[in-house]
Amino acid sequence: MSDDIYREIILDHYRNPRNKGRLTDPDVTIHDSNPLCGDEIDMHLKVEEDKIKDIKFEGRGCAISQASASMLTEMVLNKPLSMVKNLAKEDILENIGLTNLGPARIKCALLSLKVLKMSMVKYYTDKDPKSAGDFRDEAVKY
Amino acid sequence: MLVYSLYLKAGDNIVMQKTALSVEEIRQDFPILKRKVGVGGSKTLVYLDNAATTQKPYAVINAMNEYYSNYNANIHRAVHQLGEEATFAYEQTREKVAKFINARSTDEIIFTRNATEAINLVAYSWGRRNIKRADTIVLTEMEHHSNIVPWQILSREKKSKICYLGVDDQGYLKMRDYERALEKEAVRLVSVSEMSNVLGTILPLKEIITRAHEDNVPVFVDAAQSVPHLPVDVQRTDCDFLAFSAHKMLGPTGVGVLYVKKEILEEMPPFIGGGDMIKEVHQQNVIYNDLPYRFEGGTQNIAGVVGFSAALDYLAAIGMDRVRNHELDLTRYALSALSDLKDVIIYGPKNFRDRGGVISFNIADIHPHDLATIMNEHGIAIRSGHHCAQVLMERLDVAATSRASFYIYNTQEEIDLFADALLDARRIFRI
Repeated sequence: MSDDIYREIILDHYRNPRNKGRLTDPDVTIHDSNPLCGDEIDMHLKVEEDKIKDIKFEGRGCAISQASASMLTEMVLNKPLSMVKNLAKEDILENIGLTNLGPARIKCALLSLKVLKMSMVKYYTDKDPKSAGDFRDEAVKY
Repeated sequence: MLVYSLYLKAGDNIVMQKTALSVEEIRQDFPILKRKVGVGGSKTLVYLDNAATTQKPYAVINAMNEYYSNYNANIHRAVHQLGEEATFAYEQTREKVAKFINARSTDEIIFTRNATEAINLVAYSWGRRNIKRADTIVLTEMEHHSNIVPWQILSREKKSKICYLGVDDQGYLKMRDYERALEKEAVRLVSVSEMSNVLGTILPLKEIITRAHEDNVPVFVDAAQSVPHLPVDVQRTDCDFLAFSAHKMLGPTGVGVLYVKKEILEEMPPFIGGGDMIKEVHQQNVIYNDLPYRFEGGTQNIAGVVGFSAALDYLAAIGMDRVRNHELDLTRYALSALSDLKDVIIYGPKNFRDRGGVISFNIADIHPHDLATIMNEHGIAIRSGHHCAQVLMERLDVAATSRASFYIYNTQEEIDLFADALLDARRIFRI
């Protein structure tokens, strides 16, 4: 089963993460960690016309958390915020090809999605309290 | 009882038994070691997470079962037979604990929920009375969060300071930091773990305590990792406070021990107020109970203490010297097996004699949680993460480590399986 988890694509994103780094002038920056693993993710976003214009992440942690973050940034770059809103955990797990994770490791896979949803809460807090609330409801699920 | 049969067998063949544990016999006493785990239950459990909690022998499980089945009652205030029997079992455990760590008196032994609660008790009770503004509490970079956070809470309230003694690159305590702290700071308490739960480093406790006492500074010993694995003698080291947990030494969860020198304990205000810790309660005043009951408010974990009693018997029958020697053998063997593997970094002292049966390591760029997942499929339970020692993780500049930790029932064959699983992890990660 480990061979199924640590497939080439996961190891590739772990060792060569996409969109890793910082943005010079991000609209939102959010940090969170997973106390179980100590995985850490910082997300930096630039939003324009209700689209994710640019996204970078920093982080350290296990292969699953880091590969998942890398793949998530690719997934949402240049996509509308409504798409981020509709992203469910199943989408992430399918995207990274890990639908069989146990309860301990699933948190690793979903940390980046949680951080992304939290970024949206922060982004909307002043602009649109209702959307902020919706995203908060999403973020606390993970 | 199995404990006694083991003890008698030791008498049959004294020469052999003195040098080695009959691990195969010990393993028969632990039902969980027959458990199958891993994919489709195909692997026999290899349990190497003993620094987190140990497994329980039948003697402990049966003792608790026996208490609930035969003499369940609340302790201390009952006149009926069951109450007397329960009180006897509870107080007899206190005597066994006192003997186990060589305390002068059972008055110095307080049952808590765990070592963490014992530390909090002292921080709250002794600390609030004795720590003042600008005083310094000395800790080390190796401490578990349980020996950091209670002092931080206290320091925030009292505006006192915390000074951390450094750890050198070999995993030893920097004794020069200690001398400097005692010279420069208004040190009011030293609180150190006797054995690091990450590095395995065993601290020179006698030296630390003797030096502190020269300046009339009391010393708290977090013995959560040492009492289960080493002979501990509170009179020999002359520590002032000492805390440990039953569940890390074959006993049940929910029972801890706080040892405090009687002359200090007598001056300490209560921690938890309620039933059993009082002599008299009136509308506006209260007279507290004698030691040690003053510090055991509310109904205690009686079944847990009864189970702990059996754990103490079990370890005493083996002898802590033999426990220590067995772990030294395993540690030497495991260090050697790990050193044979490429890209492995081992944290802590290279000399196995300076450490307990705890080995933290990293292998290439495999994150400890990924390694633990792979190990799990081999049926091997190891721990991964920061081990509640984030201050040390920052010092080592790592996010996490993997950790294998041993106890009386572990074998060299299990370490071989562990080493084989590490090779498999390398293959999976294409290293």
